[in-house]
Amino acid sequence: MKGAFLMYARSVVVILLLVQIVLTVSSQDNDRVVVVTHDSFAASESVLEAFEAQTGLTVEILRAGDAGAMVNQSILSVNNPLGDVLYGIDNSFLSRALEAEIFLPYESPQLQFVAESFIPDVNHAVTPVNYGDVCVNYVIAYFEANEIELPASLADLTLSEYEGLLVVQNPATSSPGLAFLLATIAVFGTEGDYTFLDYWADLRSNDVLVVDGWTEAYFGEFSAPGRDLGSRPLVVSYASSPPAEALFSENPEDGPFTGALVGDDMCFRQVEYAGILVNARNPQGARQFVDFMLSQAFQADLPLNMFVFPVREDIPLPGIFAELAAIPEQPAALAPADIEANREDWIQAWSEVMLR
Amino acid sequence: MTRLRRPYWRLVYLVPLTFLALFYFYPLLAILDIGLRPEGWLDLSAFLRLLSSDYYVGVFLFTVYQAALSTVLTLLLALPCAFVFSRYRFAGKSLLLALATLPFVLPTVVVAMAFMSLIGRRGLLNDLLMTLFSLDYSPIQLERTLAIVIIAHVFYNFAIALRIMTSYWSTQGIAAEEAARVLGADEWALWRDIRLPLIQPALLSAGALVFMFAFTSFGVVLILGGIRFATLEVQIYYQTINLFNLPLAAALSLLQIGAMFALMILYTHLQRSAQFAIGSGKAAAKPAKNARERALVWGVVIFIFALLFTPLLALVARSALKDGALDLSNYLALAESSRGSLLFIAPIASVANSLRFALMSTCMALVIGLIASFMIVGRGPLARFVDPLLMLPLATSAVTLGFGFIVALDEPPLNLRSSWLIIPISHTLVAFPFVVRSVLPSLRAIPPSTREAAQVLGAGPYDLLRTIDLPLVSRGIAVGATFAFTVSMGEFGASLFVAQRESVTIPVVIYRLIGDPGLASYRQALAMSVILLLVCALGFVMIERLRVAGVGEF
Repeated sequence: MKGAFLMYARSVVVILLLVQIVLTVSSQDNDRVVVVTHDSFAASESVLEAFEAQTGLTVEILRAGDAGAMVNQSILSVNNPLGDVLYGIDNSFLSRALEAEIFLPYESPQLQFVAESFIPDVNHAVTPVNYGDVCVNYVIAYFEANEIELPASLADLTLSEYEGLLVVQNPATSSPGLAFLLATIAVFGTEGDYTFLDYWADLRSNDVLVVDGWTEAYFGEFSAPGRDLGSRPLVVSYASSPPAEALFSENPEDGPFTGALVGDDMCFRQVEYAGILVNARNPQGARQFVDFMLSQAFQADLPLNMFVFPVREDIPLPGIFAELAAIPEQPAALAPADIEANREDWIQAWSEVMLR
Repeated sequence: MTRLRRPYWRLVYLVPLTFLALFYFYPLLAILDIGLRPEGWLDLSAFLRLLSSDYYVGVFLFTVYQAALSTVLTLLLALPCAFVFSRYRFAGKSLLLALATLPFVLPTVVVAMAFMSLIGRRGLLNDLLMTLFSLDYSPIQLERTLAIVIIAHVFYNFAIALRIMTSYWSTQGIAAEEAARVLGADEWALWRDIRLPLIQPALLSAGALVFMFAFTSFGVVLILGGIRFATLEVQIYYQTINLFNLPLAAALSLLQIGAMFALMILYTHLQRSAQFAIGSGKAAAKPAKNARERALVWGVVIFIFALLFTPLLALVARSALKDGALDLSNYLALAESSRGSLLFIAPIASVANSLRFALMSTCMALVIGLIASFMIVGRGPLARFVDPLLMLPLATSAVTLGFGFIVALDEPPLNLRSSWLIIPISHTLVAFPFVVRSVLPSLRAIPPSTREAAQVLGAGPYDLLRTIDLPLVSRGIAVGATFAFTVSMGEFGASLFVAQRESVTIPVVIYRLIGDPGLASYRQALAMSVILLLVCALGFVMIERLRVAGVGEF
């Protein structure tokens, strides 16, 4: 029995080693660069191929769930990282990653093309790549037909003419939901006579609807043309949603159908960064890839792939984006460290107000 | 001769044990270790926080409550249906039985949309009622209530109960029932004294699976229940991903696994005492012969249609109709690799990826599940604990296990965390308990005397397997394979790190499309869901064919 067990154990190890050889024989560490990113990642194949041809590197993309899952898994595997570059971490998760010291600082020469305001004060631990604003979207036809003025501030959303019109996402489970909560915290604050919690209590009295995620809100409750389920003409979404809504409608030329409210202090800006992972197997390739992400080719490719805006200001936006995308001049902002320190308490306090 | 070979023969039992040890316990312990020993020593303060907080106690009680409610309702509805399916022969029966498994494969977000278009405030049913009775309000208001969560759980899990009970009942003879009838037993006495005791093993088996699924429910509770309801699984996800509070997540995971383990011990105990072997017999299905029986058959068919197929048809209609006219442009668009994006392969190409993984997972789940089932019915001292252990993967949060893979499977010879192999492996972990639960009731019902008689006549272990065990459990195997296939086809694998194109399966494409702004991609996501349904339906037909070809109808 014992001999048989040893034989068995040995054969298991041999099989595993064989599997290992098959898996690792494919490429060497220094001629490939592994990019860890979130599930929403998309880039044109031709753009990546041009980078591969130019550098001789092979690019491998690892999808790692949503942004939170990606950051947490990268922190857990800091000693033996999954890849060389982490791309797609935003300002709401940045602090967590910085505290865990998972990035090797790198100052890309390409940063000269990027506005100062995008570059965080973190000794170049991360490099900004793209941004997007979470704003309230509205159905143009509804407001025209009913001759209602558009809300001009977040505070306006508590007025009676907007009663029962707005749908938002749960900040505990949704990234735009959290961004919108953060916008209200930045605007109304956590102390004083009228805090963000008072604001949410007023929104609640005004019959705001909270759903779990962006998809349920945008396709299930929002009343943009072509949907037969939704009945609410105001939804929390992105400033880039209106061009996408027109682009992917059956009759793009009839657009725009929706708009985004981009007044001062009405949106929350999510900036996405890339960082080189500590213990990366190919740090040189990782630096080349970060430079590539700030190249004209990659930056220009961003809007139509991920519906986000390039951080480089010298990149022309593709047709429909230039036409229909509104970019807020003064989005509400909070420091990443504040977000990380208070996220749980804020969401908890919010839940109590909304569920009481 | 047989006696000499036996020790080596039993070594095969190490296959399921090794699989579980490497791909379940090792990663799970690795991640729990990080959560519970953050500073290098055991820190149990997270447990204190759990026990002392009304909130978490409330979450736990709600989780148990909704799971119990879902299980009881599912079993109550499935029991009479399974009875009718195993007693009467009617046209299209096996097809209907196979198609009943379809809901199981659909992503929650798609099911939620189908439900809303059917019974939502502005759904079909409300429209109908409002027109019929000239109402100016929607009479059905189920959105974000516990009721719709329970309905969705029944919708998802009904097939588990129906198929496990039908396959078991079909192998049980009706001699005892006929004898009782001759002795003057009425219909009520037949149910109480014969049918219920007879079906009890399958009832328990199905009940355990349904409870486990409802207990660990995530998407249904989040999307349909809204923010007022949270299960342990939802809390584990929130603590792990959003707050990165691994100690609390570990405590919650252990609570969930512990609760399920306790339940499984109880279940195993009940199961062992419940065996009520009357002897296997030929399936006793016969055509409905009078008006009452025909009404029974029709009633069941209509009920299943209403419960399972109307939401699916609503989905098909939404994907293929535009302004009341047929419009297949969404389907045609799926053949193109839109935008030429990396990882955004032509959605239709994901069908091949899904099928490849589903095939691998089904084969692995069958091998591991069958060996495990034989191990459990064997009389070894381990059997009693093995059964509950095998079910634990179903009780474990996907996000916990996914994080476990990241920290545990990161070095040779087990450097699998970013290899495509992790996909069939993780699917198999969830799929093989279905094989065990489907096979076990019929395997246990084989009287030992049958095997002993064969052994006396000189049959070796292989002959026993081929001529006795496999034919008698073939229905159970087919059901297990169907579920294994379905689980793999529907698995999203959100918490897996996997590279490159071969990892893009149908559910990944659906989530990807539904996450894009723009109505066209939303409608393509619905079309892709319908393709997922079609591919699964084809898979079910193939599995049924293979069963009949492999062991023959008996």
